[in-house]
Amino acid sequence: MSTTIWISLANIFGVLVAAVLLAALLTWGERRLLGFWQDRPGPNRVGPFGLFQVVADMIKLFFKEDFIPRFADRPVFILAPTIVMASMLLGFAVIPVAPMVGVIDLNVGLLFFLAMSSMAVYSVILGAYASNNKYALLGGLRAAAQTVSYEVFMGLSLMGVVMMAGSFNLREIVLAQQGGWFILPQAIGFLVFFIAGIAESHRLPFDLPEAEHELTAGFHTEYSSMKFGMFFVGEYLSVILISALITTLFLGGWLGPWLPPMVWFFLKTGFLVMIFVLLRAAIPRPRYDQLMQFGWKIMLPLSLANLLATGGVLLWLG
Amino acid sequence: MYPVYFYLTAAVAIIATAMVIFSRNAVHALLHLIVSLLAVAVIFFQLGAPLAAALEVIVYAGAIMVLMVFVIMMLNQGDAAVEQENTWLQPGSWVAPGILSGVLLLQLILMLGGQGVSTAGGGAAEISYVGAGEVGISLFSRYLLAVELASMLLLAGLVGAFHLARQKSTADLEAGHDE
Repeated sequence: MSTTIWISLANIFGVLVAAVLLAALLTWGERRLLGFWQDRPGPNRVGPFGLFQVVADMIKLFFKEDFIPRFADRPVFILAPTIVMASMLLGFAVIPVAPMVGVIDLNVGLLFFLAMSSMAVYSVILGAYASNNKYALLGGLRAAAQTVSYEVFMGLSLMGVVMMAGSFNLREIVLAQQGGWFILPQAIGFLVFFIAGIAESHRLPFDLPEAEHELTAGFHTEYSSMKFGMFFVGEYLSVILISALITTLFLGGWLGPWLPPMVWFFLKTGFLVMIFVLLRAAIPRPRYDQLMQFGWKIMLPLSLANLLATGGVLLWLG
Repeated sequence: MYPVYFYLTAAVAIIATAMVIFSRNAVHALLHLIVSLLAVAVIFFQLGAPLAAALEVIVYAGAIMVLMVFVIMMLNQGDAAVEQENTWLQPGSWVAPGILSGVLLLQLILMLGGQGVSTAGGGAAEISYVGAGEVGISLFSRYLLAVELASMLLLAGLVGAFHLARQKSTADLEAGHDE
């Protein structure tokens, strides 16, 4: 009995620490990769390869003045940044890293992830509202509209995978891919989910809630110190979470030859995170109305058609 | 073990719902409503309906409430609205409806109490797990009519929203051409 408790405790702390550390490292990794693709060094001064830049940034963030504007809605202002951290870290609970590694084996794991990602929206919206600032408000309005619309087909695009695996359980979905990864039969679902994932984590090119050229910093304009840091880390957490989920759902999770399962999982997830960064380096930001039109007029019909086709083929195959 | 969790969650739900009513600030009230919905989701989960719990969070707490926060944020009422709420929360305006609802609540409790004791006692033992498959099958067999009616209602809403949005955008376009 006590050994199982120790194993699950180790899993919980392992996943928590790994997620937070990787998110922190990603702040450095992203800048290095961007530098690489833009023909410049990136942060390379502090420590080996500039690795301690993360530590330097953390120290800086911790010692900045933690300022709450006089006109802000104080309790909500403090609550907002914690929501994104909490919901994203909770989302990691259902990710099956390897056969024995993973916090919880939930029957509705996929829905749990969707629920957590829809909770994360509140962070942006409430932060924007509590700041009581016009730029923040505009950013929050955009975030609300963007995430609510992209959430619709984020869920729909996953239903093809659910139909093929016959389960919402992420572990069973991975095991159902032993015959072949779902990225091939569910290529459309993969594309739609990937794009919706970028929009959900409001990363470039879909970072309109914080578009710095028009909204200064969007929803986190008024935030400083670790409150800003939580928004910042939360964004990287969501990038990692979505990459890990795509790995689980479409790329066969931990499955793969020769290497140990966990290594495969991290390789695939790392590759997807790199694609996220590459997209940021390569693609310019669309206009806000273009983003919404693209969502409702292209992505939604595509994901519905994918759902219909998957259902039809599955019925036909019996 | 389980009744403790249940009553704890139920208490959270009830307190949060009361806070929705008594909050003077609309956004704070909505936050309490979100907490209340999350508590209800946890209750669903405890009663063996994880699908209902997940959908409660995704649909109610995650989508509908976001839209409500969205609207309230757009109105950006500020302190004037809080003042107005303060005047509305004077005892004179809520005592009479409060007593009337209290009578209804009392009736409900009495009715539930009549048979509820036995179900509350035996309820924990007969918790059965309801998965996604069971929900889907009963939705598309026994409750097919309700599903179809709901879909028609949603279609009407969709068409209405489309109509409203379209008129506005064509008017904008014409205004743009005139300039």
